Amino acid sequence: MDTTYTALAQFAQTWGLLYFVILFIGALAYALWPSNSKQFDAAAQSPLRED
Amino acid sequence: MARPIAAKSFTLEEGGFALFLALLAVGCLFIAAKAWEPAYAFHMGVGAIMAAAGCILILKAYIDRTEMPSQLTADGKPNYNYGPIKFASIAAMFWGIAGFIVGLTVASQLAWPVLNFDFPLTNFGRLRPLHTSAVIFAFGGNVLLATSFYVVQRTSQARMPGIITPWFIVLGYNAFIVIAGTGYLLGITQGKEYAEPEWYADLWLTIVWVTYLLAFLGTLWKRKEPHIYVANWFYLAFIVTIAMLHLGNNMSVPVSIFSSKSIQVFSGVQDAMVQWWYGHNAVGFFLTAGFLAIMYYFVPKRAERPVYSYRLSIVHFWSLIFLYIWAGPHHLHYTALPDWASTLGMVMSIVLWMPSWGGMINGLMTLSGAWDKLRTDPVIRMLVVSVAFYGMSTFEGPLMSIRAVNGLSHYTDWTVGHVHSGALGWVGFVSFGALYCLFPWLWNKKGLYSLKLVNWHFWLGTIGIVLYICAMWVSGIMQGLMWRAYDKLGFLEYSFIETVEQMHPFYVIRALGGGLFVLGSLIMAYNLYMTVRHGEQEDTVLAGASRMAAAE
Repeated sequence: MDTTYTALAQFAQTWGLLYFVILFIGALAYALWPSNSKQFDAAAQSPLRED
Repeated sequence: MARPIAAKSFTLEEGGFALFLALLAVGCLFIAAKAWEPAYAFHMGVGAIMAAAGCILILKAYIDRTEMPSQLTADGKPNYNYGPIKFASIAAMFWGIAGFIVGLTVASQLAWPVLNFDFPLTNFGRLRPLHTSAVIFAFGGNVLLATSFYVVQRTSQARMPGIITPWFIVLGYNAFIVIAGTGYLLGITQGKEYAEPEWYADLWLTIVWVTYLLAFLGTLWKRKEPHIYVANWFYLAFIVTIAMLHLGNNMSVPVSIFSSKSIQVFSGVQDAMVQWWYGHNAVGFFLTAGFLAIMYYFVPKRAERPVYSYRLSIVHFWSLIFLYIWAGPHHLHYTALPDWASTLGMVMSIVLWMPSWGGMINGLMTLSGAWDKLRTDPVIRMLVVSVAFYGMSTFEGPLMSIRAVNGLSHYTDWTVGHVHSGALGWVGFVSFGALYCLFPWLWNKKGLYSLKLVNWHFWLGTIGIVLYICAMWVSGIMQGLMWRAYDKLGFLEYSFIETVEQMHPFYVIRALGGGLFVLGSLIMAYNLYMTVRHGEQEDTVLAGASRMAAAE
């Protein structure tokens, strides 16, 4: 039992951490990527557009 | 009619739903006849009646209509489908008031136990889940259905797919509410907090929910905008995650198809962990992600300004989604759950401060440059105060998840107070704000019947919440401290009943606060009724399109 726990904890504390960090950096990069800003500015206006 | 009669035909969708409901009605009737318990027979009877009614409604709508319904566009504009949204909005108001009144009843029962009347139906133990489910799933759920269908159509500039599907979702969801609610009163429960409905109600909800997901995705699929607006991301996360949680936490095997009783697949601490993985994410994805979607559409719309930072909203979304799912174990400190698991839940809860407050700042700062609207528009004031309550309760929650703090707060009224600052302040107020916006938009009115009454509602509600949460803070911390007080010899200083005695005045104050909140909601219902009945008609080009949508 103990070895199963150790192995799982090891996995979570290394690869799990890496997975989260990469995802977070990915989300940040997507949000802050300069060429996306135009698209985001347009999207921010979409609730205000009347049709 | 300009269109030839030949255009009328029974669609596959109508046929499919009619056949499904007809078979369901027959099936329910069969089970009702052979049911082991009278309460279950009653439920199957109700199910048969509702399924048959649905089938008849589909056939009647087909007979009555003269042409193919639901054109995607009218006069070159999207022909939005408002009918089901109107139903869900009214249902939200109805269930809201019902749920608040039951809440006031249980609060009064705690202050004056004689109000239990020694009668099973009116017992606290049965009314309490009725209250929680009515306010969370019936009120909150209908608000989410109404706003999500409105927002996804408007921001996609596309009509929702289907003729029957949107109605099936809205009516089917409310049928689930009726089954769940009557079940609690009759004593049918699987005993899982916020997941009390038994296996057959859960199965029905699964069908409705998957249909909801498909209809939502179908609308996004048809969108004319290149980018999916952030509110839709939050709605989508809410729909997908609730489906996953519902299936995970309701894994149970019915004793028989003729019995309402089922046995859980998980047992012991695994069951507890799955339950609170479900329970906390019901808070995270139903009461937070769904209502954040409302914030991201209705605050900018009402303030007539775009959201403060669209980039922040993206970071808010992804970080909230990835963190919330881990927070559940903080409900199980000092239990059979291993310490590392509850520590994980605690750490993730504390990290949640970041996205929560990022989101709150994003919502509040949307008002920057338009703060004067707080003075003139009580609806925007309600929305902004809701976001402030969101910030407050998402600060308090992580604090309470810390093991040492939890040792004091757990099982006390502090938890109840915390839940209600989130539920009344955040979820309640943001829903009220959204409904105050939606009713004039849906019924094509210039504005609300009376902003003065909104102001009354705002102040009654706010004072009610403040009374409620302050009373619970004092009562909860007192209760926690009394429970852990030892005398010199190491014996407990107070008996349990002594702590109950001390809490009485705070229970009375809480009931008073709840009473004010109920009063506010009654004023709201009157105001919305008068808006629909006597509000001034909006006279724009828009009017034609939405009237057409409403008439179908």
